Amino acid sequence: MPLLDVRDLSVVFQRKGAKPFTAVDGVNFTVEPGQTVGLVGESGCGKSVTSLAIMGLLPRRGNKVSGEVRFEDTDLLKLRPQELRDRRGRDIGMIFQDPLSSLNPVLPLGLQVAEVLERHQGRTRQAALREARNLLDAVGIPDPTRRLKEFPHQLSGGMRQRALIAIALACKPRLLIADEPTTALDVTIQAQILTLLKQLVEESGTALVMITHDLGVVAGLCDTVNVLYAGKVVERAERHDLFAEPRHPYTHGLLQSVPRLDVDRGGRLHQIRGSVSDNIPWPEGCAFAPRCDRVNDACIGETVPLEPTFRGGALRCTNPVPQEVPA
Amino acid sequence: MSGIGGISTLADHKRRRIEELTARTSEAGGVSLIRDAGRRLLRNPTAMVGAIIILLFLIIAIFAPLVAPHDPVQRFPELTKDLTVDSIPGATAGHPLGSDPLGRDFASRMIYGARQTLFVGVLATFIGLLFGVVLGAIAGAVGGWLDVLIMRLTDVMLALPSLLLAITLVALASRSTQWTVIIAVAVVNVPIFARLLRGSMLAQRESDHVLAARALGVRRRDIVLRHMLPNSLTAVIVQATLTFAVAILDAAALSFLGLGDPDINRAEWGLMLGVDGVRYFEVRPELAYLPALAIIFVALGFTLLGESMREALDPKNRR
Repeated sequence: MPLLDVRDLSVVFQRKGAKPFTAVDGVNFTVEPGQTVGLVGESGCGKSVTSLAIMGLLPRRGNKVSGEVRFEDTDLLKLRPQELRDRRGRDIGMIFQDPLSSLNPVLPLGLQVAEVLERHQGRTRQAALREARNLLDAVGIPDPTRRLKEFPHQLSGGMRQRALIAIALACKPRLLIADEPTTALDVTIQAQILTLLKQLVEESGTALVMITHDLGVVAGLCDTVNVLYAGKVVERAERHDLFAEPRHPYTHGLLQSVPRLDVDRGGRLHQIRGSVSDNIPWPEGCAFAPRCDRVNDACIGETVPLEPTFRGGALRCTNPVPQEVPA
Repeated sequence: MSGIGGISTLADHKRRRIEELTARTSEAGGVSLIRDAGRRLLRNPTAMVGAIIILLFLIIAIFAPLVAPHDPVQRFPELTKDLTVDSIPGATAGHPLGSDPLGRDFASRMIYGARQTLFVGVLATFIGLLFGVVLGAIAGAVGGWLDVLIMRLTDVMLALPSLLLAITLVALASRSTQWTVIIAVAVVNVPIFARLLRGSMLAQRESDHVLAARALGVRRRDIVLRHMLPNSLTAVIVQATLTFAVAILDAAALSFLGLGDPDINRAEWGLMLGVDGVRYFEVRPELAYLPALAIIFVALGFTLLGESMREALDPKNRR
C-alpha cells in the first residue's frame, strides 16, 4: 500500500469578481514508503499549490480543494483542522524554498528546533534543546551548541537550509515534502544540500516528495518523476526512462533545453516557444498544444487522457515522441 | 636597522588591525536584534542627544525631593511680602528662580513638575499601549468580523483630531482629576497602537516563517504569541516612545486649557503655563517661558530617541 496516495486532487482559486482559476486539475500520484518522487514543471504549473494542498496549508477562503489525499489510511482533506495540526510536523515534514524567511527572525535557532519536539513529542524544553543539538549535528552544522543560541540572520544560507531540514526531520516523519529546497542557494551549496537530503532520507527510510523545476535535481535524487503542465500530470516515468526516452513533447522539450557538456551542437539551445500562459483549457484539448511541435488534430477538442505506458509510467499525449527502436 | 624597524612597526600595525577586526567579529556573534539595535543607537548622535535629555529629565523627576531646594507647595514669607499684582519677586538668595504668583519657590515647582509630567506620560502611554496591543493583536490574529468591528471603531476615533477627542473625554467626566487627563490621553492613543499592531500582524500572518510554523503543526496560540506578536512589536515599541512625547504635549494642553486637575498645589507644567504664565506674562515672562521650554525639551528628547529607534530597529539596517 502506498504511503501517500493523491487521487484526483484539484484546487480552484475562486476570487470575487474574477473567473475561477484551476491551479491543480485532477492530479494523481502515489508515493511508496521510502521512495523519492519528483514533481517537475515550470513556474505556475501547480507544483507548490499541490504541496500546500496536501499539507492543508492553503487559505480556507477563496480556495476549493477536492479529491483525496490518502496518507496511510486517512484522507488528509477530510481531517478536522486540529487533527491535521497534530499530524503536520510529526507524520509529514516540509521544507520551503527560502531558508531565511522560513525561520523566525526573533527566535534563537535552538528554540525553533525545540518547538516542534515539544509540540509533538511532549518533551521538556531542556530535553528538546539537547535533542536539537544532536539534530543540528546530524545535518552537519558545525559547533551546534553555539548555534543553538544564534539567530537566523547570523547563519549562512546553507546552514539555514540545513537547520530547516533538521527541524522538518526532527520528529522522524514518514514523509518529507521539499518545495524547491535548493532554489535560493548557490550552486555549490545546492549540491551539498541535495547530498545531505539524499543521505538522510536513505538512512531514516523517509519518503520524499521533491518539488522542483530543476531537472538536475531530479536526475540526482528521484526514483519516479511526475511532470506537471498547467495543473495536470502529463508524464510519469521512472527516472532512467524519463531521461533516456522522454515521451511527452513537453518533457522532451525541457530536456532538450538543458545545456549539455557532452554534446557540442555549436548552435542555439533548444527552446520551447511561447510561455505557460499560452494554453488552452484542458477540457478543450491539450493545454500544451499551442506550444507543441508535434501538435495534430487529435490534440484539440477534448481532454487528452492520462494513459498507462507499458513501462509502468503514464502519458497524456496523442502524438508522443517515438521511442527509439533498439537496433 | 631602520628598515627592519619599519617592517616591524608595519607588522605591529597590521596585527593590531587584525585583532581589532577579530574583536569586532566575535562581538557580532550571538547578538540579538535588541542588542544590535542598542549598539547602533550608541553610535548615533541624534539618539544620544535624545537619550541625554530623557536621562536628565528622569533623574530630576525621580529625585525631585533631593534636587529641589524647597517644598513646592510651601509659601515663603520672604517672597509673599514683596508680592503684588504688578511685581513678582525674581531670583533671590535661596530662591534661584524667584517666586511664583502665590509666593512659592518657582524652581522647586519646575522640578516637581518633571515628576508630574513623567507620571502622566508613563501612565497614559502604558495604558494606551496595553489596550492598543490587545485590540490590535485580536484584530490581526482572529480576523473576520471582530477585525472589522475593531478597525471601524479605531476609524471613528482617528477621524477626530486627537486633542478634540481628549477634550471631549475629559468633558464627559463629572469631576476632572489628573486621572481623567491620563485616561483621556491614553484612550486617544489606543487606536494608533491598535492599527499599527494589526498591520504588522497581518503582514506576519502571510509571512513564510509563519507558514513554516503552520507546516510543523504549531498550535494557533503559539503561532500568534511566539511567531507573529514578537515580530510585530518593534513598530509598537518605537511608537510608544513617540507617543510619550505626544502624551506629554496633550496632557499639558489639557491642563493649559483648564481641563486638568484643578488642585492649585499640584506643580504641573501645563497648568503653570496656562494659568500663571498667561496671566502674569507682562510681569514675569519666565513664568511662561520656563514651563513651555521644559515641555518642549522633554517632548523633543523622546521624539529624537523614538525616531532613532525606528531607524535602529529597522531590519533593513542590520548587518
